Amino acid sequence: MSAMDDLDRRLIGATQAGLPLVPRPYEAIGASLGISGDLVRERLQSMLDRGLIRRIGAVPNHYRMGFTANGMSVWDVDDERVDALGEAVGRMPFVSHCYRRPRHLPVWRFNLFAMLHGRSRDEVEVQARQVADVLGQACRAHDILYSTAILKKTGLRISES
Amino acid sequence: MLSQDDRRLIAALHGGFPLTDRPFADMALQLGCGEDMLIDRLQRLLSHGDLTRFGPLFQIERAGGRFVLAAMAVPEERFNEVAEVLSGMPEVAHNYRRESAYGVAGEGSEPLNMWFVIAVARADEVADVVRRMEAATGLRVFEFPKEREFFVELRLPLLEDAHVSHG
Repeated sequence: MSAMDDLDRRLIGATQAGLPLVPRPYEAIGASLGISGDLVRERLQSMLDRGLIRRIGAVPNHYRMGFTANGMSVWDVDDERVDALGEAVGRMPFVSHCYRRPRHLPVWRFNLFAMLHGRSRDEVEVQARQVADVLGQACRAHDILYSTAILKKTGLRISES
Repeated sequence: MLSQDDRRLIAALHGGFPLTDRPFADMALQLGCGEDMLIDRLQRLLSHGDLTRFGPLFQIERAGGRFVLAAMAVPEERFNEVAEVLSGMPEVAHNYRRESAYGVAGEGSEPLNMWFVIAVARADEVADVVRRMEAATGLRVFEFPKEREFFVELRLPLLEDAHVSHG
């Protein structure tokens, strides 16, 4: 775990909406921050090396790719087995995010979350059945939460305070 | 729908965009097109919304930041008002209305129907954001921090004819 310094923070602020689409994007970012393009590149490389940047490239819009139905599937899985089974669910090709998360009993009993993506709700529900098969007896209940309205979408950005 | 060419381009640009002086020119050389053409195509994919972004994908948690999924059970008559409170908070990244397909999630209680992501640069800021949110809405915020990550990022089956790395 390496701490973020001020320059990392400024670079995140300057690039989290995307790289400028100009022939020399790193120069352009440097110019806006008052540093050289070389330093921008060097620092981005270091952030890649530290895992602070996962990748540099295109972030496709799943919706526009035809994945118009997405369901947050949630599962109440035996605590003893959830980690091994979570790995198996995470390997399924239509699962994008898969996490173990805390329960909030009695309001919320589910401890495994898997985001499913399909071209229709029917397809998502077929996927959910496949996940249910993988979980088998270890799963006591599940549900799918469909997003029915986007209330805010700014992308995952940290606020620059 | 996207052309097969666009899909290939998106797959080729999934990651590993070069950290060079003229990265678009270098990438264009690999793809067998011109720098201008590559920039134009990216511009078009972004303006049409086929790409949500082109650039670095940060994993802010590696540097002490935090993304936390959270939810509230919002009474129907207050839904818009509460959504507006959250929209006004810069720490709220995504916010979705979500409805249960089977009704299991809401058994015995009000269903959690507003799901959002709190994004902060320092992990210790989460508690304060939640406190302000609860004070502003009078509703309880349920936090769902990830306790373990099994997989992140969609393997796009539409790109099956192209090599995609998921570094």
